[in-house]
Amino acid sequence: MTAADAAVRASLQHVTAVACTHCQLPVPAGLIEPDAQDQFCCGGCRTAFAVLHDHGLDTHHDTTVGRDGPVAAEPRGRGFDEFDHATFHELYVRRTPEGLAQVDLYLEGVHCGACVWLVERVPLVVPGVARAELNVRRSVARVAWDDTAVSLSHVARTLDSLGYHPHPFRGFEVEAMRRREDRAMLARIGVAGAIAANVMLAALALYSGQFGGMDGPYERFFRWVSLLLTTPALFGPGRVFFAGAWASLRARTLHMDLPIAIALAVGWGQGLTNTVTNSGPVYFDGLATLIFALLAGRYLQQRGQRAATDSAELLHSLSPLTARVVEGGATRELPAQALLPGMLLEVRAGETFAADGTVTSGRSSVDVALLTGESKPVSVDVDDRVYAGTTNVSSAVRVRVDATGEQSRLASLLRQVEESARRRAPVVQLANRLAVWFVAVVLLVAAGTALFWYPRNPAAAIDNAIALLVVTCPCALALATPLAVSVAIGRAARSGILIKGGDALERLAVPGTLLLDKTGTITESRVALAAWDGPEWVKPLVLALEQESSHPIAAGFRRAFDGIVGGDACLTTHVAGGGIEGIVDGRRVIVGSPAFVEARAAHGPGLLAPPRHLTPVLVAVDGTIVASAGFGDPVRVDARRAIDTLRKRGWTVGILSGDHPEVVASVGETLGLPRDRCVGGAAPEEKLRVVEQAGGNRTVVMVGDGVNDAAAMAAASVGVGVHGGAEACLSTADVYLARPGLEPLVTLTDGAARTMGVIRRNIAFSIGYNLIGATLAVTGVITPLIAAVLMPASSLTVVLASWLSRTFQTERAS
Amino acid sequence: MSVIFIVVPLAALIVLAAVIAFVASARRGQFDDLDTPPVRMLNDDSERQVAPSRERVSRN
Repeated sequence: MTAADAAVRASLQHVTAVACTHCQLPVPAGLIEPDAQDQFCCGGCRTAFAVLHDHGLDTHHDTTVGRDGPVAAEPRGRGFDEFDHATFHELYVRRTPEGLAQVDLYLEGVHCGACVWLVERVPLVVPGVARAELNVRRSVARVAWDDTAVSLSHVARTLDSLGYHPHPFRGFEVEAMRRREDRAMLARIGVAGAIAANVMLAALALYSGQFGGMDGPYERFFRWVSLLLTTPALFGPGRVFFAGAWASLRARTLHMDLPIAIALAVGWGQGLTNTVTNSGPVYFDGLATLIFALLAGRYLQQRGQRAATDSAELLHSLSPLTARVVEGGATRELPAQALLPGMLLEVRAGETFAADGTVTSGRSSVDVALLTGESKPVSVDVDDRVYAGTTNVSSAVRVRVDATGEQSRLASLLRQVEESARRRAPVVQLANRLAVWFVAVVLLVAAGTALFWYPRNPAAAIDNAIALLVVTCPCALALATPLAVSVAIGRAARSGILIKGGDALERLAVPGTLLLDKTGTITESRVALAAWDGPEWVKPLVLALEQESSHPIAAGFRRAFDGIVGGDACLTTHVAGGGIEGIVDGRRVIVGSPAFVEARAAHGPGLLAPPRHLTPVLVAVDGTIVASAGFGDPVRVDARRAIDTLRKRGWTVGILSGDHPEVVASVGETLGLPRDRCVGGAAPEEKLRVVEQAGGNRTVVMVGDGVNDAAAMAAASVGVGVHGGAEACLSTADVYLARPGLEPLVTLTDGAARTMGVIRRNIAFSIGYNLIGATLAVTGVITPLIAAVLMPASSLTVVLASWLSRTFQTERAS
Repeated sequence: MSVIFIVVPLAALIVLAAVIAFVASARRGQFDDLDTPPVRMLNDDSERQVAPSRERVSRN
């Protein structure tokens, strides 16, 4: 580890509250378990730690006494039966030449090296699996198995039990094409680089020969060597420029490839003539370096923008693949694609609705956060509508299907996401806009130079025109943007901010409107005790009762009453959707919703009702209601400071949430935001509209964490995904904050502004350099040889300037 | 000094070999994923009985 890495690491640990016990990387906000002693960033670390612990090998973990044993991974306990369905196999499974079945699975929760260790252990655990290969960066595992020996659902269950929830990954064809492109590009760069380096060696001999004197045969030999080396570079890797120039000619637009192709062709032709006739200079070293530098710049740029195209594909895995259909009293599973309107579905607690429909029997509550962002589950009764992609929380219901697949609300929302993503005009980058003019001007000036000198001195005419084309090579200009951007993106990634494309940086550099989702973005998206009215002696009783429950409210009580010792509860009964009751220390204690408690106990004297934006919970002891509690979603600790800083920098900050307007208003008040900037109760469609209206000419940044924000995020100039949100939906974001809290937003905007500064400085330098060089060339002061020596110098300066720039590096969120 | 007429083409041949090796490995996808293999080598050999996938090679 270098010193710089260590510094970055230290700063990471400094800003994040929780580091993984095993690997010391920051733990994603969604995985932090406030009750646990050990925190893990992923299932891999959790299991690795448990294994080490089991063997008594955990001394290197800086352990304290009294660990509570190995921690088990948290499987979601699904059956994954849909993975064995014929439709599923048709869609996702391919055959390898050895006759194995192979599938790409997107795994949730992949985080670090320990995940590779764990996932690639699957073949050892499940007989019949030939191999499992994990790509950490993309979180995609490729599994090959013998489908006569073992079923895919078994593999999926194993992955799930290891802590990686698998989703089928569809973008296979795109992926294969992209990979072929990448490999070809890399091969071209390799060839161009090797040639450039060796031509440079020959050029070194020639240059020193110019000063020290060189025998004719040797000089001629090195010129021929340069020619023979450069020619394959021109017609191999350099072919892309000729192809680009030809395409730009046919499309009648100016493209950077055009002057490059002309310079390459003219330079090579002239060099060839001079080599054969053994007179005048050769420019082969300049040509070879030019090809290499341009290809490398393009590769960097392309790689940075790759991740952005991984967009909406993953969203499709959000609705379940199968549903249980009720027919004549019996139920059977059908793939979701086979559902028809009018069918009757049975959906149990914890399952996700596969289609839009109307409840025909049963009562339950539904988690609609995916669609609306509402933090509280909505209760549904007979004749209420339910939507695909939402989750049934409390009890089983039967649903008559109204709309399926493409007609469902989820699908139309996803269509909007894709449309807004398409509609967004591709940002023409600063350098490319300039380059078009640059090209036109250089071509005109070169022609003018040649025409001006030709009547006077035909040899000088060609020399000067070539010197101009070489010295004004847009090399530095071409490198300025991609290099600065890729350096910034790399540094940002190391501080936990993943930026998918340079255009996002460009748009974030100038303050505009910043809209924040509430649930999970400003707030922590967990239930916490926010109001309590009641005597202290009630607390141990409540705690005793809630000790064993897995309900979020129970967890909230446990966190809030940390440090209080609860008694022993017996005869506890849970009532789904109501509450919990039992005997603690001989007293009868009831904790639950007002309706549940009031039906079993009488009101005591004057208790404060919790504020209306909180979920109320009442506590009764021995038949009298003695305490009231309010549960809410706490605002992140750094939210106020981050928002204040952003507003100071000139951003207009607002809240755009699907949650109840009162909740939104109260959060807005805590953050000191004006009331008219806090929009609540906004459905995804409404969010999209607000974002589109907020636009105008200014940048609109949408920060969110859920699918309900996805359309708005795609429509905004920049969509920012916050950690802890639905992992699949974050793929539509331009920027992804892998660090919890809102502080990274400040880092991001500051870094973006600095990056644009570096780019502008690079461009200004390269234009200034080109102006001077061009003047010297046109007036005939410099020969093509000197031009070829000067040319790489300008690129080198730009490279150094970008590399040494401090964009995301100096951030300290202290 | 005339040895240079032999040495330089010889050096060029060595470069050619290196370039061919690089292009071949790039085409086989050895540079596709630069993040996972450095971690993968930490796994114990005895536990990893899996032959690396040959399917990448055959597809191109």
